[in-house]
Amino acid sequence: MLEELQELKADATSALEKTTNLRELDEWRVQYLGRKGHLTSILRRLGSMSFEERRAVGAAANEVKFELEEALRAREGSLKERELAESLERTSIDVTLPGYPVALGRLHPVTRAIKEICEIFASMGFQVVEGPEVEWDYYNFEALNIPQDHPARDMWDTFWIDTPEDEHQLMLLRTHTSPMQIRLMEQTRPPVRAVVPGKVYRYEATDATHESMFHQIEGLAVDQGITLGDLKGTLFEFARRLFGSDRKVRFRCDYFPFVEPGVEMAIDCWICRGAGCRLCGHSGWIEILGAGMVHPEVLRRVNYDPDIYTGFAFGLGVERIPMLRYGIDDIRLFFGNDLRFLRQF
Amino acid sequence: MKVSSNWLREYIDITLPLKDLAHRLTMSGTEVDSIEVIGEAWKGISIGEIVAVEPHPNADRLKLVTIDLGKEQATVVCGAPNVRIGEKVPFARVGSQLVDSRTGQTFELRPATIRDVASDGMACSEKELGISESHEGLMILPPAAPVGVPLADYLGDAVLDLEVTPNRPDCLSHIGIAWEVAALTKRHVRLPAVQYPEEGPDINSLISVEIEDPALCRRYCASFIEGIQVGPSPAWMQQRLAACGMRPINNIVDITNYVMLEYGQPLHAFDFPQVGDGKIVVRRAAHGEKLTTLDGVDRTLAPDMLAIADSRIPIALAGVMGGADTEIIDISRTVLLESANFQPASIRRTSTILKLRSEASVRFERGISPDLALPAIRRATQLIVELAGGKAARGIVDVYPGQSEPCTILLTCSAVRGLLGIDMKMEQMVDILTSLGFGCEVTGVAEVKVTVPYWRMDVRQRVDLIEELARTVGYDFIPTTMLSGRLPGQVLNPVVNLRERLRDMMVGCGFQEIISYSLISKDRLNKAFNERGALRVANPLSAEQEYLRTSLFPSLLYHLASNQRHEEAGIRLFELGRIYMEGDGDLPEEREMLNAVLSGSRSPLSWLGEKGEFDFFDAKGVVDTLFERLGVAAQFRPVAHESLHPSSVRDSLHPGRSAEIVIEGTVVGILGETHPRLCEVFDLARQTVALFEIDIEKLLRHVRDGRTYRPVSRFPASSRDLALVLSRTVPVSQVKDIIMSFQLVTDTVVFDIYVGEQIASGKKSLAIRVTYQSPTHTLTDAEVEEVEKAVLARLSEELGATLRS
Ligand SMILES: [Zn+2]
Repeated sequence: MLEELQELKADATSALEKTTNLRELDEWRVQYLGRKGHLTSILRRLGSMSFEERRAVGAAANEVKFELEEALRAREGSLKERELAESLERTSIDVTLPGYPVALGRLHPVTRAIKEICEIFASMGFQVVEGPEVEWDYYNFEALNIPQDHPARDMWDTFWIDTPEDEHQLMLLRTHTSPMQIRLMEQTRPPVRAVVPGKVYRYEATDATHESMFHQIEGLAVDQGITLGDLKGTLFEFARRLFGSDRKVRFRCDYFPFVEPGVEMAIDCWICRGAGCRLCGHSGWIEILGAGMVHPEVLRRVNYDPDIYTGFAFGLGVERIPMLRYGIDDIRLFFGNDLRFLRQF
Repeated sequence: MKVSSNWLREYIDITLPLKDLAHRLTMSGTEVDSIEVIGEAWKGISIGEIVAVEPHPNADRLKLVTIDLGKEQATVVCGAPNVRIGEKVPFARVGSQLVDSRTGQTFELRPATIRDVASDGMACSEKELGISESHEGLMILPPAAPVGVPLADYLGDAVLDLEVTPNRPDCLSHIGIAWEVAALTKRHVRLPAVQYPEEGPDINSLISVEIEDPALCRRYCASFIEGIQVGPSPAWMQQRLAACGMRPINNIVDITNYVMLEYGQPLHAFDFPQVGDGKIVVRRAAHGEKLTTLDGVDRTLAPDMLAIADSRIPIALAGVMGGADTEIIDISRTVLLESANFQPASIRRTSTILKLRSEASVRFERGISPDLALPAIRRATQLIVELAGGKAARGIVDVYPGQSEPCTILLTCSAVRGLLGIDMKMEQMVDILTSLGFGCEVTGVAEVKVTVPYWRMDVRQRVDLIEELARTVGYDFIPTTMLSGRLPGQVLNPVVNLRERLRDMMVGCGFQEIISYSLISKDRLNKAFNERGALRVANPLSAEQEYLRTSLFPSLLYHLASNQRHEEAGIRLFELGRIYMEGDGDLPEEREMLNAVLSGSRSPLSWLGEKGEFDFFDAKGVVDTLFERLGVAAQFRPVAHESLHPSSVRDSLHPGRSAEIVIEGTVVGILGETHPRLCEVFDLARQTVALFEIDIEKLLRHVRDGRTYRPVSRFPASSRDLALVLSRTVPVSQVKDIIMSFQLVTDTVVFDIYVGEQIASGKKSLAIRVTYQSPTHTLTDAEVEEVEKAVLARLSEELGATLRS
């Protein structure tokens, strides 16, 4: 019997080594260790043996059983390991294949610029408001100290709206966002602090740097004690945040009928750093916006007492910002809406 | 405005390098666009005098010319026709840079031997010096040109090209710029001394001036010079005019232009015998009166134009252009000189109507001072007497109905501080203003009474003076401060707020934003979706941009079509913008709209396979997503059904694949696929375009942002599927509405729709997964079955639905 057990053990051990997967392993378990298996059948025969014999063979059989179970567990572990490895191998992929396409939406570059600029001013306490694009001559010109036949009207070539004969007021497409200065001040009392983004229109032949429609952002701050120094400080801070803190900012005198003193702000050219290049028209400076202290005539027009209140206003062309930033050399690209252009931003 | 620095030096010492001066001018408000240096390239070229001309031994057409250069003489071979002893000519030494008269290229002059005779250099034409295109002969210099002096010292100049703002007509003159330079560099202006003999008769016995409309003509000065000799003006004057971009004509006309560039006052010279009865009448033109202007154009005048007339007919268009009949010509002997002041708006209107802008009209329309008329006419009369001979009549006719007191302004230190934020000493303020020509009378410790000089018509109130101070010290001098003080109350604009939320959501849904023109062509407007009367621009740039759009769709479809030409993959575009509708009496209505289009394949070409093409349900899925985020429940009903939309909108949509978006009974937008006919109309590459439009303001009324938290049920949900058969015409939304009306039902999803052989015709089969859940306990099968039975009963009763067997 003992020999038979040893034989069985040797037999089972070699059979175990031949198993290659969990199914064969299970068959092996049934064959050797199952209820109808070889070991059980040996143990069944114990009943016909003497007590001593039974003890000796029983102990040996249990030992063989224990050893075979141990071997089974070890084999099971290694087979599982192998199967996992095979399964990983099977499910491997070509990682260089492209992924599932995800639809990506984008803002128009002009929208992005407007958002960015308005956020900067909003953080300085400026409220973002909007106004009508079709305006009365009064708001676009008259109330801004630009009466009929004023030579400065040449600065804004105008699209006029075809109105009925009996309409006595002139209707136009606003040439700048400045009419909102008047509307804002008419609607509220100081303090006023607002920026106005929006479309503006010019009766102007289009070319790489001129469009008949573009976007502006107007700014207005009116209260007691606002000075030209505050204008400089606010716009300097704006320029620093938009263009980076290493930019130099230049303020020079300029003329707009609705401000006095008038200001033009420029930043030093980041391509040539002031030496002069194509981007900056060889001047070293890039004009960014027009500004100035709100003209007393404008304040009077909205019943603000210019002896009590002062303020500053500014207006900036939006398209210029992405043009400068990305090196876009033709303003007409913005409204051509070619996806090959828009996708780049 | 071009300013010759040589000329400018007559009135002011220029102590700064020109580049620095240009910078100061730019910073103070008069931008210098460029500095053109005349004669920069004339190295090695000097003034020579021809002292001998001999024939060339080997060539008939060439001559040997000896040129005296002061310290030395040179012999050159020359073929020019105008070689004469005694002429002064530019002489170029070997090594000079010249312009090749044939090719226009610059070349360096090399030693040359022409037909066996060595040439020491070259006598030059204007073209060879780069001055003009003239190459008919040598450039002949004035007899007074100093022999041996470098040409650049004699003819060279630096010309500043200034961009003068419309408020500063005074800066359209050399003297005006001299005042600017004086203030910026702390120097003094030297004005020309004007004196001339008045040897003729009393002017009042010769001419008379009458101003009929003093509102349009504030002053009219006239002088009279007889016995003049018309001819070329002297070289120095021609050079200066040319440097400033004006073509020399004859001495009389050149003098009027010269004085205009010097003082800023336009002048006009009439050929006196052509002025009927020696009488000048400044009056409005009579209706239909004719005048041939100096440019040879016959013009019909109108009563809103101011004319200069003689006793009978208009002889000039006041302040804009003279008449051809009274033009100074070679044989003119007697001149009536005009120096007047006309109302700016009137001049501007006239020149706009006639599309005639002149150097004169530009100055008048910007508002020059009437006080300029007299000094300018005296200066011009002096120059005519000196340069064209003749005798000036005694006196000047000066009709001045528009005379006014000089403008005075009280300026205080506190006003300066209030606007600029700096403390300026009274002394400094007075210094600056005085250097600009202002009169200052200190009337208190911190107060000064300022008299504005007559030529500064732009300075009328205190802030104008403060700008003078700020720009003269330079804006760099103003400290940088931050806004302090009160913040205004923030008023939110809910439409803008909603629009921006939609914008972000649309980007999140994979759409590309576009911005298109508000102005579109009539053709594009009428192609589709034109809701109602569009506003027209009275002066369109082109037919392409003539009407304000009444829908964003025509532009979106246009841009979709043009992108389809190069895009393989499906396209999703949206625009947030305004449409414009005629208002009643007031400004037009500007409505904020969200429009989107989708067309083409849902996924780009990929190894992962096709997902089909965008259709109605892609657009609807986006609308559903937007509304879900906004907490809005919308119904969708076919557009064809009892539509509020005009026919042009309905006709643009596929009648069976389009819907109105309805919230609480209000139509807030449309959704659907385009009508197949639009494919051709817009030249679209694909038949199916899904689109939607939402009126943001209308949507806003239904957006409820107040959300209340509901606890997540702790008890499990159970779901069961229903297979229903019902009439094809019953909308799924009705089925869903009935099921969802049961309390324990938390969700229903339609996951299959079948129409075909397996079921009766006219019927469809729906597979619906219904989810049941209770907030209070775990539902038993019996409870769920009971609800399901009730659901089926109602579906059967109300919609005739049966369970599919
Ligand atoms: Zn540069």
